[in-house]
Amino acid sequence: MLFLLIAQLVATLGKIVFLFAFVLTVVPLLVWAERRISAWIQDRKGPNRVGPAGLLQPLADLIKFLSKESFVPERAERFLYNLAPLLMLVPALMVGAVIPWSKPIPPDSWIGYWLSAVDWAPEGIPFQVIDVDIGILYFYALASLGVYGVILAGWAANNKYTLLGGLRASASMVSYELSLGLSVVVVLLMTGTLRINGIVDWQQGAWLVFYQPLACLTFMVTVFAENNRLPFDLAESEQELVGGYHTEYGGIKFALSMLAEYAHMAINSALIASLFFGGWRWFGLEDRLPWWATLLLFIGKALFFMFFFIWVRWTFPRFRFDQVIHLGWKVLLPMTLGNAIATAVALVLVERSGWPLWPVVMAGQVVVVAGAILGSTIQTRRLQARAAAS
Amino acid sequence: MQLVLFVLFGLFAVLGGLIVVGNRNPIYSALGLVVALFSISALYVILGAYFVAAVQVIVYAGAIVVLFLFVIMLLNLNDRERLREQFTLRSVIGIVLGLVFVAVTGLTVWAVVHPGTGAAMPLSDVGHTKQVGRLLFSNYLLPFEVTSVILLAGMVGVLVLIRFHGRGHRS
Repeated sequence: MLFLLIAQLVATLGKIVFLFAFVLTVVPLLVWAERRISAWIQDRKGPNRVGPAGLLQPLADLIKFLSKESFVPERAERFLYNLAPLLMLVPALMVGAVIPWSKPIPPDSWIGYWLSAVDWAPEGIPFQVIDVDIGILYFYALASLGVYGVILAGWAANNKYTLLGGLRASASMVSYELSLGLSVVVVLLMTGTLRINGIVDWQQGAWLVFYQPLACLTFMVTVFAENNRLPFDLAESEQELVGGYHTEYGGIKFALSMLAEYAHMAINSALIASLFFGGWRWFGLEDRLPWWATLLLFIGKALFFMFFFIWVRWTFPRFRFDQVIHLGWKVLLPMTLGNAIATAVALVLVERSGWPLWPVVMAGQVVVVAGAILGSTIQTRRLQARAAAS
Repeated sequence: MQLVLFVLFGLFAVLGGLIVVGNRNPIYSALGLVVALFSISALYVILGAYFVAAVQVIVYAGAIVVLFLFVIMLLNLNDRERLREQFTLRSVIGIVLGLVFVAVTGLTVWAVVHPGTGAAMPLSDVGHTKQVGRLLFSNYLLPFEVTSVILLAGMVGVLVLIRFHGRGHRS
């Protein structure tokens, strides 16, 4: 009995350690990849001196960050100033707890044997730190808590530029949270479950992105905005606000806020892969793969979306602040709301009439997109007419 | 284990509440509110009411207090002297409402301690998302709709205020 308890405890602790190890390994690699890929896109060389292909550059940077003086600006709110980077980092790491990393580890694998999983998890040990009933709402709740780190970092430094950066960042985060939530609602409608495990299981045959490309698109856009990545990185816009909410941070505290940003990116990529791209599944092939292969498959998908984040950042120019708010409230919100309604109607139609699911759901999205295009055309015309009149 | 967590988060909730009323700096008060709300949602988790806990964090900690912070920061209410409250009618009303709150809480606790009075309902049955949805759209449909209409009215009101304000400035 005691042994089984210890085995379960070890399994849970192992999963938590894996989560932290994954994030903390991937973040330096991401920083390096971002600099190398941006250099490649801009036809430069990028960091290539420290170690092979510059791979040790993040390590060198870390040594630099650690050896810098850890100062607090004069007349800053000392306690909150020190707290803010942690408030940014902790929600990012906590979100990872609901992501299923691979298929359940079977009892006859060496880990399962070593923990004698037959006795307490005959179906296999789920590779997910906690399988809560509310899975996706947990993600959403923590994503909404991420605002505090940014807003407090901006305020506590007692600098008007950081305050503006923090307010801008949190304004865009709060505005895009609505569209994020409504995109998630579409996922819930389609799969009928809140548990991320259940959502991944639903995608056994075909990924959700094939049924809901619109929801996938809006989800990705809102995640970019939540992350304050370019093209939504008004918080940082160097030309206007020096460096945004972390202008006044130096040394290890700046490194922590960077870590938080990239950890968010890594975890959100994993989440995009789980919600819309089948998680650790690959069109039924996963049944024949060992569990560690599905883990590698999932990490591969997540890495692709991290690359996608970087790719977008160095391809698109930054929006103006009013454009971001306009996009959030007047384009994305009506579209996601319309998509939620259209999907609900489509699902009821399918249930009542027995029509095939895919064409009906797609038709709903086509209607929504057509409505959005029509609406924005009318609006543009009206604005042009008003501009011509005045 | 549950008791330890309950005591821990209960203490955090009380501490957060004390920070809200006791701190002269409004920013710290708002943050104390976040601590209190978050701890209360942790208490919901201990009760097995995951959905209520998530909604608590999303709506209150994630949205409403952020707006409080916005207002405090933009109005720059850092002037601690101005916030020194005098003993006014407002505080009298506050004390009366506080007593009402204590009475209601006491009655609830009494109802739980003496079962059979019919007031208590095991939270873990309410907490499951599916059951919450089912109850909202069957037994509690009318209150749900009324709440939606009130929220909609609030939203329309805000839009109207913004429009009039904007016009006044332009003309």
